[in-house]
Amino acid sequence: MGIRIIKAGMMTTVQDLGRTGYQSQGFPVAGVMDVRSFQIANLLLDNPENEAVLEFSLIGPTLEFTAGTLIAITGGDFQPTINGEPAPMYKAIDIHKGDVLKFGSARTGSRGYIAFSSYLKIPVVMGSRCTNMKSSIGGFKGRKLQDGDYIGFRIKRRYLPFFLSRTLDIDEFNQEDTVLRVIMGPQDDLFGKQGIDIFLNSEYTVTSDFDRMGCRLEGPYIPRKDTADMISDGIAFGSIQVPAHGKPIILLADRQTTGGYPKIATVASVDIPWLVQRKPDHKIRFKAISVQEAQRLYLEELEELNRMRKRIHQPCREVLECRQVSRRIRRLFP
Amino acid sequence: MQNNIRILTAGDSSLLIEFGKEISPEINRKIAATVQLMKEQHIEGVVDMIPAFCSLLINYDPRVVRYDKMKKRLESLVRMDIKVGAEKRRIFEIPVVYGGEYGPDLAAIAQHAGLSEAEVINIHSSQDYLIYMLGFLPGFCYLGGLDERIHTPRLANPRLKIRAGSVGIGGSQTGIYPLDSPGGWQLMGMTPVKTYDPDREVPILVEAGNYIRFVPVDEAEYHRIQELVDSGDYQCVIHEEV
Repeated sequence: MGIRIIKAGMMTTVQDLGRTGYQSQGFPVAGVMDVRSFQIANLLLDNPENEAVLEFSLIGPTLEFTAGTLIAITGGDFQPTINGEPAPMYKAIDIHKGDVLKFGSARTGSRGYIAFSSYLKIPVVMGSRCTNMKSSIGGFKGRKLQDGDYIGFRIKRRYLPFFLSRTLDIDEFNQEDTVLRVIMGPQDDLFGKQGIDIFLNSEYTVTSDFDRMGCRLEGPYIPRKDTADMISDGIAFGSIQVPAHGKPIILLADRQTTGGYPKIATVASVDIPWLVQRKPDHKIRFKAISVQEAQRLYLEELEELNRMRKRIHQPCREVLECRQVSRRIRRLFP
Repeated sequence: MQNNIRILTAGDSSLLIEFGKEISPEINRKIAATVQLMKEQHIEGVVDMIPAFCSLLINYDPRVVRYDKMKKRLESLVRMDIKVGAEKRRIFEIPVVYGGEYGPDLAAIAQHAGLSEAEVINIHSSQDYLIYMLGFLPGFCYLGGLDERIHTPRLANPRLKIRAGSVGIGGSQTGIYPLDSPGGWQLMGMTPVKTYDPDREVPILVEAGNYIRFVPVDEAEYHRIQELVDSGDYQCVIHEEV
């Protein structure tokens, strides 16, 4: 009762929202890179908000189901097929025992997600099911998946109300230029006006040095007013650090808890998913917004997720039309 | 003192309290005291805290508490006269077998210092080290106060694998490797105590603000402790001193 990994792909891991509460002891949070795609995948199946999913990048996995279940696929378009037929994304899919779900390489975006209505049988370690590869704990044996691995399901769950309504608009990741909204600080004062001007008015290019730890950018050199060494401090998700080479590095899910490079700004939470779905050679520009504005955008996004949740809990048009027809027919035969 | 404290913005879900710009036991104690106070006050919306040498990063949930309110809350908190130094020091005893196969670089450290191996061991184990912060690896402690006489440069060629429990010196720092890891520190000994164990109820034994005391043991004692550690019966010796 579960999934057999026929081909693991390049980097497929079990993830949830991460392992919080241990950062004071040097423990990275890890967790999903693209929180939005993760939430939409779980939402489509009425899963708990923090239910573990599979995250994959570059080349997706091929899975065989040894039991029926429901799944939802979100994130980048890795051209999924089920038994050779194209499979829909952002939609609840009924899976039968023996079905083979196959992903290719990313046509758009760079990270994909699969949520399961039967929940992956992965032990909770320190409050989370996410994989922390660096310390080899959590997820499936503390590592990325390999060919031949088998993950069971925790429960049998294959019924969802309003099944036909469970389809949402697809997030498109096909644009090659992105403006990331950022909140300046905490060490923007170390760069001075010139450094900040260059940072906010230049185009940066995503390099191939882009993984779960961080994203290195290439572009104009950002000078520092004060070149003295900084004393290490804590790092937030989306922190943009600028080492002595003057090129920004954005720190992501597998970041270390602390670091000694000055951080010029932090990416707004709502824009991190759009960053992590970029590919090498894509262009990035930064736009400063206030922290209040960033929090407003974040709460708006949660509202949007709530609206999605409501939308998939209503009878869909096809069902409503059938009902109307059946009412008319009933009227013909009083 | 309070006037030096700045509260900086670190994105839409974190605030950074900067207590100063130097590494000092006073600032560090102040941070440990603030962490303690934050825990006692159960400030709504706080998700995680990362104490560092002279700052404290606070991650919070904007669904529960917004920036302006959180910042005000922290401002009033750091204005409070935090009692520093009144609490007891918590000192964790870390038994170490020095030298031999356990510490392949002990001879090099002694040679660099112009001391005998016994003198190096004596210097290393005769003082308590303040844990300034944890980071780099889960459970890795940045310890302050290594005696200048035994400062030793890092290896020119870092080792690809250093075993968990290795005790070493890297420049002006000493520390314990919490898990197998590549590294360039000069290794002087080995402890059987697991400072980090994800399967233990308390995965990481120590926290910032605690102290570490290295206690030299012989090989027989090392193996005796290791058996207790393996069976889950080992209790770390903790001293509480004023």
